[in-house]
Amino acid sequence: MEGLYFDHAATTPVRPEVVEAMQPYFTDFYGNPSSVHAFGQKAARAIEAAREEIARLIGAERPEEIIFTGGGTEADNLAIKGIAMAQKDKGKHIITTTIEHHAVLHACQFLERHLDYDVSYLSVNEDGLIDLQELKSALREDTVLITIMSANNEVGAIQPVREIGEIARKNNIYFHTDAVQTVGQIDVDVVQDKIDLLSLSAHKFNGPKGVGALYLKKGIKIVPQMSGGAQEGRKRSGTENVPAIVGMGEAAKLANANLEKKQAKYSRLRDLLIERIEKEIPDVLLNGPRGDKRLPGNVNITFRYIEGESILLNLDMLNIAASTGSACASGSLDPSHVLLAMGRPHELAHGSIRFSLGYGNSEEDIDKLMKDLPEIIQRLRNMSPLYDG
Amino acid sequence: MYSEKVMDHFQNPRNVGELEDANAVGEVGNPTCGDIIKLYLKIDDDDMIKDIRFRTFGCGAAVATSSMVTELVKGKKIDEALTLSRDKVAEALGGLPATKMHCSNLATEALQDAIEEYRKDKNAKKN
Ligand SMILES: Cc1ncc(COP(=O)(O)O)c(C=O)c1O
Repeated sequence: MEGLYFDHAATTPVRPEVVEAMQPYFTDFYGNPSSVHAFGQKAARAIEAAREEIARLIGAERPEEIIFTGGGTEADNLAIKGIAMAQKDKGKHIITTTIEHHAVLHACQFLERHLDYDVSYLSVNEDGLIDLQELKSALREDTVLITIMSANNEVGAIQPVREIGEIARKNNIYFHTDAVQTVGQIDVDVVQDKIDLLSLSAHKFNGPKGVGALYLKKGIKIVPQMSGGAQEGRKRSGTENVPAIVGMGEAAKLANANLEKKQAKYSRLRDLLIERIEKEIPDVLLNGPRGDKRLPGNVNITFRYIEGESILLNLDMLNIAASTGSACASGSLDPSHVLLAMGRPHELAHGSIRFSLGYGNSEEDIDKLMKDLPEIIQRLRNMSPLYDG
Repeated sequence: MYSEKVMDHFQNPRNVGELEDANAVGEVGNPTCGDIIKLYLKIDDDDMIKDIRFRTFGCGAAVATSSMVTELVKGKKIDEALTLSRDKVAEALGGLPATKMHCSNLATEALQDAIEEYRKDKNAKKN
């Protein structure tokens, strides 16, 4: 499509190589991987090859530790509900944070409501980072799971995953991390970081939508959330989405190549965009940390005195795609729970815009955006009763 | 998501700004909820709305309904302006998404707020 796409944290374009890899699994190799005939075995082998690619991408030692799911949301639900149900006789306490994706937050709330679980929600500082001391103080005898995202999807704050992993391992508590935003963006290593369960989603790293995976360290028991034909080592029943899994494997392979170089490229573009906005537009505020603690492609800025949806609409008229933490764009009355948890007042949360960079973006795109953005902001400010410039 | 009419009023809002000689000002909403609409009215001795301006902090629907309200009541008597309902404003805009209907409330509330204040002032002067 024509236009400028700065919404890679929402979803990414599928790379042509991925589409090409998927194609034959619709039309030629369409067998059911559970079937004994050659049609089925061809598909089964393709799934195993994809499993290996994904294991490699996240540093898992054994491919069978990868369970394919219908996306990041399902992986989060399987991890959290699956562990909770398997551990309920050991304890009914879970530790998470206030800034998780709703897939994690609502899964935890489900356990509070339906299975009498107790959930502690760790706070974050003004940059969106948790405090390890607070985590340690939250530990209890009956804590069975720590679930903390690797990096936040809105403000890009990268959490101290390795330190969390160490605390969890030392205390014999399972550690799950929603790594949907980090896999394919920065190096992820489940062994080094002592991660027991990890969620990922293909459409965030140039793979297809509706497919993801849960890494489950060997030997850990979970209760499956889907009853049926016992696919995926009995942990996720249902005929595998073979083309999508093949696409995810190909996307993992491509993501793994030159990961450091890509990380450096998008970090540089990110810092360039932040710098130009801060220089060329007055009264702005960066949401989230600077430098190494920020996801490579994430820029999240509050434009004071104006509201996010009206900025998005103006950008959209120029065919520029971004997203906002404003309530007006979400259909709810409250703005982003992440920005509120970081202590941003409501009016600043309403005025936040996220530009997320990725595959295909270049410095030229930033030049084009910055040609129009200052004028859009000024026009809206002139209309705002909060602004007297 | 939005109708063409809404986008037209959002892109080219009518009567934006303030009125130096306004004799009625209405304001509703607050920064917490994400919408603030401020209306400035110049009402003449015959209770006719001679001029009207608005400033709005809010989403596309908030801006468009503000703009539409100013257009619908300009030149009208205040009694008639008070009968303007949020449904009529939404209808004039070719409809609003269901989640945005509360925005159309704000603009008509700001109008009622302004007229109420104007009447209070006028009565105070009489007595
Ligand atoms: C941090 C995080 N977790 C989970 C999800 C959900 O993933 P999916 O869209 O694959 O269900 C997303 C993306 O929307 C995300 O950003």
